[in-house]
Amino acid sequence: MIAFSHIRKRYGARDVLTGVSLDVRPGTVTGLVGPNGSGKTTLIKILLGLSRADAGAVWCDGSMVDGEGDYRRAIGYMPQIARFPDNLCVRDIIELMRALRPGADVDDELIAAFGLHTEFDKTLGALSGGTRQKVNAVIAFLFRPQIVVLDEPTAGLDPVASRALKDKIARVRDEGRTVLITSHILAELEELADDIAFLCDGSLQFAGSVDALLAQTRETGLEAAIASLLRTRASVRPSRDVEHDVATTANATCALQTAGA
Amino acid sequence: MKTVSVVLRAGLRDLSRNPWIGTYAAAFFLVTEGLFWFGGTGPQVVLSVLNVVLLVVPLVSVVFGVIHVYASREFVELLLAQPVSRTRLFLGLYLGLVIPLAGAFIAGTAVPFALHLRAGASLGVVIALLVCGVSLSLVFGGIATWIALRTDDRLKGVGLAIGAWLLATIVYDGVVLAVAAAFSAWPLERPMLAMMMANPVDLGRVVVLTQLDAAALMGYTGAVFTRAFGSVPGLAVASVVLMLWCAAPLALAARRFKLRDF
Repeated sequence: MIAFSHIRKRYGARDVLTGVSLDVRPGTVTGLVGPNGSGKTTLIKILLGLSRADAGAVWCDGSMVDGEGDYRRAIGYMPQIARFPDNLCVRDIIELMRALRPGADVDDELIAAFGLHTEFDKTLGALSGGTRQKVNAVIAFLFRPQIVVLDEPTAGLDPVASRALKDKIARVRDEGRTVLITSHILAELEELADDIAFLCDGSLQFAGSVDALLAQTRETGLEAAIASLLRTRASVRPSRDVEHDVATTANATCALQTAGA
Repeated sequence: MKTVSVVLRAGLRDLSRNPWIGTYAAAFFLVTEGLFWFGGTGPQVVLSVLNVVLLVVPLVSVVFGVIHVYASREFVELLLAQPVSRTRLFLGLYLGLVIPLAGAFIAGTAVPFALHLRAGASLGVVIALLVCGVSLSLVFGGIATWIALRTDDRLKGVGLAIGAWLLATIVYDGVVLAVAAAFSAWPLERPMLAMMMANPVDLGRVVVLTQLDAAALMGYTGAVFTRAFGSVPGLAVASVVLMLWCAAPLALAARRFKLRDF
């Protein structure tokens, strides 16, 4: 359903993605993990057409991602940062999104689950970051998209809303729809993800099921398995980079462990 | 064009509730009404308001515009993730910025003139003043959008916006005067006309001056332009070039929006 083929992306002198190829199985939850700056968000943005790959191709729902936006009818997106025009109400934003997708089937389950009805006539500038994030989540699922892309979805959500969102993700997967999710909270991915794609320094280090990852690393938990991948990667890289590797790996492992703690 | 109208409606709704837009309209109302209050006749008030318009409209449009575009960055990303065309989305966003700015200027300036119909300002002069303010809103709103799309560093973007305003409103006239003084022995009318057309603020000034026949009061380029073209052809040429000025930053910003990574 989603296929990335040899994706390369460079920002200035920095290679952000260095030939990433990844197939996301339809009807699964795929967790996209990696240290900060590993290229997760860039990969998602290329899928959404927000950024353009320097090389490679992306297929989504059978059609190649190009400059046209029609393929995005199949996609719901929840960005990491929830910012809206301060003077619009929640109702205005929902109506705007509905107007941009006329005729789409509407799923307002999350509005009820988050208790957002009471906030509908409040301006977004007056809402807390967590409530704005709930609005983001509602928009991502609002049109029953076949593909849901979630960038750090539970960051900023209270435990009740976080639970409601995770339940929704599980239901969407059970309906046969595809979810691509980035998160630093590995316990969350352990609970939700069927597959894991692990990016580091712009290249794909692992792609497969969670069980395959645990078997390959001989670990019992996702966090330990990811740390094991990072250690393995540091040990096989050229000796001239050893000093740099140790620092990078230590930072990356630290970032993952801290975020996952 | 459905996308344009949907995004435009949202922009209008957002900025119509923005307190700065209300303050902007109120400031023009107070200035214009105050000038009538202190006994100004219609043409005098137009000239005084014109001086305010030539400085304030570009400043507010470019600074407010650049800040607004930066503040909308994450929301634009969310909109771009919907099944919409980039070009149409851009048009909706641009119009959602410049229409409230131009509307606030018109509301603040036109109402006092409507309240003082007997003060002697002709309808043509008032319309020329409004066209000047609206055009400058479009030009500098476009420049602001282009700057914000070119530069990710917000501080640098605001600095460039203020720099563009300084260049167009203050530095440019100084350069024109310096050129005129340095080459005073040469026939300078044609170069001066070219220099005037290269600055939308000067052009806006001429649109009003050709109606007022008070060119000598408003700077060297305005005087040269009116003398060279006469009233009606001068207005036509200035209007056409001003329209090109509205289109140029818009086209640059639209191209940037279409090609850039978010």
